[in-house]
Amino acid sequence: MSKAKKIKIALVGNPNSGKTTLFNLLTGLNQKTGNFPGVTVDKKSGFCKLPDSSVAEIIDLPGTYSIYPKTLDEQVVQDVLLDFNHPQHPDKVIVVADASNLKRNLLLFTQIRDLGIPLVLVLNMMDVAQLKKLNIDLRGLSIDLGIKIVPTNSHSGDGISVLKEALTKPLIRSKRPFYDTYELAPRTIDKIKEDFQLEENYRAYQFAQQSVRLNFLSEKEKQIIDTIKTDNGFYDVPTQTQETLGRYQLISDIVDRNIKNSKDPLKKSITEKIDRIVTHPVLGYLIFFVLLLLIFQAIFAWAEAPMNWIEGGIAEFSNLVRNVLPEGVITDLITNGILAGLAGVLVFIPQIAILFAFIALLEESGYMSRAVFLMDKFMRKFGLNGKSVVPLISGMACAIPAIMATRNIENWKDRLITIFVTPFMSCSARLPVYAILIGLVVPEESVLGIFNLQGLVLQALYLLGFLAAIGSAFVMQFLLKTKERSYFIMELPGYKIPSWKNIGLTIYDKSKTFVFEAGKVIIAISIILWVLASYGWSDNFKNAESNVQLQVGSQATEEEYEIALNSYKLEHSIAGSFGKLIEPAIRPLGYDWKIGIALITSFAAREVFVGTMSTIYSIGTNEESETTIREKLRNEKNAETGEPMYSPAVGFSLMVFYAFAMQCMSTLAIVYRETKGWKWPMIQMVFMTTVAYLSALITYNIFS
Amino acid sequence: MKSLDQLKKHEKGIIKGFSDDTLSVKLMEMGCLPGTEVSVDLIAPFGDPIAIGVAGYCLSLRKAEAACIMIED
Repeated sequence: MSKAKKIKIALVGNPNSGKTTLFNLLTGLNQKTGNFPGVTVDKKSGFCKLPDSSVAEIIDLPGTYSIYPKTLDEQVVQDVLLDFNHPQHPDKVIVVADASNLKRNLLLFTQIRDLGIPLVLVLNMMDVAQLKKLNIDLRGLSIDLGIKIVPTNSHSGDGISVLKEALTKPLIRSKRPFYDTYELAPRTIDKIKEDFQLEENYRAYQFAQQSVRLNFLSEKEKQIIDTIKTDNGFYDVPTQTQETLGRYQLISDIVDRNIKNSKDPLKKSITEKIDRIVTHPVLGYLIFFVLLLLIFQAIFAWAEAPMNWIEGGIAEFSNLVRNVLPEGVITDLITNGILAGLAGVLVFIPQIAILFAFIALLEESGYMSRAVFLMDKFMRKFGLNGKSVVPLISGMACAIPAIMATRNIENWKDRLITIFVTPFMSCSARLPVYAILIGLVVPEESVLGIFNLQGLVLQALYLLGFLAAIGSAFVMQFLLKTKERSYFIMELPGYKIPSWKNIGLTIYDKSKTFVFEAGKVIIAISIILWVLASYGWSDNFKNAESNVQLQVGSQATEEEYEIALNSYKLEHSIAGSFGKLIEPAIRPLGYDWKIGIALITSFAAREVFVGTMSTIYSIGTNEESETTIREKLRNEKNAETGEPMYSPAVGFSLMVFYAFAMQCMSTLAIVYRETKGWKWPMIQMVFMTTVAYLSALITYNIFS
Repeated sequence: MKSLDQLKKHEKGIIKGFSDDTLSVKLMEMGCLPGTEVSVDLIAPFGDPIAIGVAGYCLSLRKAEAACIMIED
C-alpha cells in the first residue's frame, strides 16, 4: 500500500459524544498512541478499511466543545485543522454529535464546517435520543445544515457500515458558510485573506482570533496579524461573543424546526433519579468510599495471583536460561540484570490492568464526573482539583497507574501538583518493608483491648503518607505560577451502560504504554544496578573466592559457601563501596553501611529491601525468609556500642524514610513520560528524599 | 441584580447577562445564552460546586463561576 494513497480522516466532537467508542469501532485493534509533534498531548490514530478496499488513517482528536480551546489538549484540534502543513491535517473530517443534545453539539460542527474542510456529520447516540422521546427529522436537518448526516448508535454499532460507505464518496465542501463572520470584521478578514492567501472567511477570522495561540505561525506572521487587528479595530472577546450568539441563533431555529420533543417534562429521567442518590450529602460519600474500598481491595486481592504467576514464570525462565547457557558474565547479566528488570516491569501489569478497568468503568458509566463533583471543594483547599481524587486513591496501590490516571485533569498546574504528590501515598511495594520493620520493633500487644498495636502503626504510616501528599500540595500551589486559568465548567453526562470493548481497549492501551515506555528505563536502571552489585574494584572483591573459602572453612557445604560468597561479594562490590561511602551521611539516622546498600538497591523498587537484606545477612533464599531475616536482624549488634542494631529508633527512622523517600525508578520513569522531561522527576526525587531524610533524622532523635 | 449562585435548589431563572467577559464566552459555548432558562439541579454537599440544567443537559460549575451569571428577577 503506498503511503500517498491513504487518506487522513479526523474525528472531532464534544466530550461524551461517543467519539472514542466510534473510533474504536472504526479501527478495532489497529490503533497506536503517539504524540502530536511539539506538544504533550497523546495522539490516537488507527487504520480503517473502507468498502472500496482503500485504507484510511483515522485520527481521534481530543474532545472539545468549540474551536476556541480551553485546555492544552483542545488546542491540538485547532492546530491540526487550521494548519495545512500539519502532518495530521485531515483530508476529511467526521464531526460526531450527541443526537440527544444537539443544540450544544452543533456549535463545534458549524465552526468546522465554515473552515471549508470536507466533512460528514454523525448523529451518534440515537438510542438515547429515542429514550428522551426526541423525534428528529434527519432529511430536514440535512438540508438545513447543508451536509450529509449519518445516524449511528455506537453502542450497538448501527450505522457504522453506512458511515464507512459515506467516507468512500467525495464529501461536500460547502462554499457558502453556515454563519458568515465577514460582517463582524470585513476589513480584518479581507487583509488577512490577502496576506496569507486564504480562501475562507472563517479561516482568516480564526487567524485574527487565535493568532497568539497558533503554534505554526512565526513571530513575524503573528506581528503582521496583530498590526492588521489594531489598524482595523478588531477586539477578540466581543467579536467572539457576537459570533457565538449568532451561531446559536441559527442553530436554535434549525433544531426547533427539525426536532420535536414529545417527552412529558414532569417525568424524571433515570439520570436525575440516580443523581439524587449519588450526590446525597450522606449516601453520596458513603457510595464513593465503598467504591474506593472495593477498588483498593480488588487491586490487592485479584492482582496477587497473576503477579505471582508472572514472578514465578520469569524466575523459572531465568533458571532455564541459567541451565542452558554456559556459566559466565553474559548469563549472569541476562538473568540477574535484564530478566530481573523485566520482571520488575511485567509484575505491575495486573495492578495496572485492574485499576484501569475500574477507572474506565467509572468513566464510561458517567459516575466519575459525580465523584469529582463531590470532592472538588475539599481538594481545592489543598491546591488540588476534584479530579485529583482518583490518582491519590490509586496511589495506595501503585503510583505508576495512578500517575497515568492524572490525564483526566485538564488544568496543567492541578495535574502537575497531583503527579508530584501522588508518590507520597503509601503504595503496596512499601508493605513488605513495613511488615518486617514493624515485626522487629513494635511489640505485639493490644491497645484499649481492641486494637492491635502493630496494625495501628501500619495505619499511622498510611496516614503519614496521605498527610505528606496533601501537605506538599498545599505548599506547591503557592510556588507554581501558571498563566492557564482554572475552570470547573464540566458536563455531567447521562448515565450509560459501559461498553466492554472500550474498557478492554483502555486496559490494553495503558498496559502497553507502561510496558514500552516505563519498561525501557526500568530495564536500563536494572542493568546499572546489576553492574554495581556484581563488580568491585578492591582486591577483596577480586580474591572473594579464596577469602570466603578461608572464612567458612573446609567443612562448609556447597550451599553455605555460595551464600557466604554472595554476601561477601556484595559487601565488596561497587554497591557495597557506595554503601560504605554514604555511611557518614546516613549515620545521623542510625543506619550503617549494610542499610546503606539496601537503600541504594531499593531505588530499583522498595520491596528489593527485603531481598538485599537477605543477601547482606547471608540468608539463603529458599528458607522461610521473612522470619529468618527478622531473627538475624534482631540479633545484629551495633559494632560500636554493642547494643542491638535495630533499636526502635532505627526501626521507626527506617519506616519513616521508606514512607517518604522517592525510591522507585518506575515512578520516576512514568513522571518523566507524563511531564515530558527530566525536570519534574528530578525535583520530585530531591524533594521527597530531603523530606524523608529530615523526618527520619527527627524520628531517630525522638526515639533514641 | 440576582446571580445564579443565589438561586436555591430546584429554582429556575432566565439568564440575563454575565459579569465576566472571558468566562462569559466559555459559558455561552456550553449553551448558557442570554434568554435561556436554567435550573439549579444539584448542589454538592458542602454547597460548592453546583450543577445546573441548561439547554437539555446537566452542567456543573463552581459557585464563583455561577456568580458571574446574572439572572432576571
